[in-house]
Amino acid sequence: MSYAVDLLFGPQHPALHEPERFRFKVDGEIIVDVDVKIGFIHRGIEKLAESKNFIQNIYLTERICGICNVAHTLCYVQAVEDMAGIEVPERAKYLRVIVHELNRIHSHLLILGVAAELLGWETEFMYLWRDREAIMDIIEDVTGNRVTSAFNTIGGVRRDINNTQKERMLKVLDKVEKDTRFHKKVLEEDPLYRERMVNMGVLKTRDAIERCAVGPTARGSNVDYDVRAHDPYAAYDEIPFNVIRYKECDSWARMMVRVDETLESINIIRYALKHLPGGEIRVKVPPRLPAGEGLSRVEAPRGELIHHVFCKGDVKPYRLKVRTPTFANILAIAPTFIGHTIADVPAILVSIDPCFSCTDRLTFVDVSSGKVMKLSLGEIKRMYWSR
Amino acid sequence: MSIYRLALWSRMKSPWIYHINTGSCNACDIEILAALTPRFDVERFGIKLVGSPRHADVLLVTGPVTEQMAERVKRIYEQVPQPKFVIAVGTCACSGGVFRGGYTIKGGVDTVIPVDVYVPGCPPRPEAIIKGVVLLLQKLKGEAK
Repeated sequence: MSYAVDLLFGPQHPALHEPERFRFKVDGEIIVDVDVKIGFIHRGIEKLAESKNFIQNIYLTERICGICNVAHTLCYVQAVEDMAGIEVPERAKYLRVIVHELNRIHSHLLILGVAAELLGWETEFMYLWRDREAIMDIIEDVTGNRVTSAFNTIGGVRRDINNTQKERMLKVLDKVEKDTRFHKKVLEEDPLYRERMVNMGVLKTRDAIERCAVGPTARGSNVDYDVRAHDPYAAYDEIPFNVIRYKECDSWARMMVRVDETLESINIIRYALKHLPGGEIRVKVPPRLPAGEGLSRVEAPRGELIHHVFCKGDVKPYRLKVRTPTFANILAIAPTFIGHTIADVPAILVSIDPCFSCTDRLTFVDVSSGKVMKLSLGEIKRMYWSR
Repeated sequence: MSIYRLALWSRMKSPWIYHINTGSCNACDIEILAALTPRFDVERFGIKLVGSPRHADVLLVTGPVTEQMAERVKRIYEQVPQPKFVIAVGTCACSGGVFRGGYTIKGGVDTVIPVDVYVPGCPPRPEAIIKGVVLLLQKLKGEAK
């Protein structure tokens, strides 16, 4: 007779850089069931957004996630522009694409490095992060800060780039491309890496579609879905690029999608720099916007990101709704832990590039009875104001 | 030389660091990791990121403290052996930052545990984080004399 034991993973765990809890039911070393508890870093951003004006909210949405910050600001400003019917200048659209893709490259190299570290391969982690610093330098050069910079603003972008910066950027991109090709070869051929990643956490194409996986997680399962290609925003309708897909459906495929996307992003930036149109970089937008509703979809480094803004003709949004990629992916990936050993958990978890600071939602659970409560908006408001 | 001074002397040569995220947006966290990697390479000073609070001398705390994490931060702080030091990395950890006033936000880290060094910035550059650690070491040295 065998017993299943509850094994708690987190909230503070060296394999997770953010607090999140997984409860694995294990039989010996094999996982038989998994339960995800999110919400440790729920910061109430959607509620906070209602108390700040549209410009302040750019800085707030940027801090939903520090890694894919450009995707968040881009998605938010596009939703506001959609709501107010603002036309963005062509040059701003191309500049948005350039910074968005730089952000994607830095995010992908980052998670490839973190994946290597979690598998105990610290050398590759160090090499990848060393090469990533070149990208951080050009992000700083273009936007003014290494990580968060609020480059996108309502009606355009905040900074222009000149020819010197362009040349510098092209030079660095050549180097990054060479480095990425080297890392691709390493990750494709290294026997230990393959041993740890191939056939781990297999998410079949059908399951990926059924469980609404997005981004590299879906594309690693051979799902042809990329918002940039299928619902083009900014200047993506004018830029040719390939949607990367892998047929293997495992952790390894999901990581390789990221490597290939990095190379694809480099090509997108080169094309955008070459075809950068002239003209204004932003249009003036009044602080008070007309009543309405706006929606925007963006392909963040981790997958599809949705921002939905309501306004009642005020300087503040009436409601901001954010739907982040990890929230979709974590549910898609959770069942694939079953049947693997505890040692494989980091290898599977890291393959979706989890970002919990985006994910954490509000649920009320009565701890003593385990009962899940549903509270109306009025009750939450009363609780909020009574503090 | 007393045992305490011996321990302090050895600790200054190699402070081990444990990183807690109490609700951060990940920006400070990636800058902490960047500080460990070859461009900045704090490991040459013997500074090492460890996987357990029980091995740590210094806690690096990032992010505003959320309701759910407050108890856990306290518990982790209690698990660190004495003497222990806390560095608050980033504006959110210093004061709550942009999230101040949120319904789940308690405020900066100093509302929950005592903080020795504050490193402001959103996110602070890796150099600033290293400076924070160096400031802490200077503070320790002052105590050692």
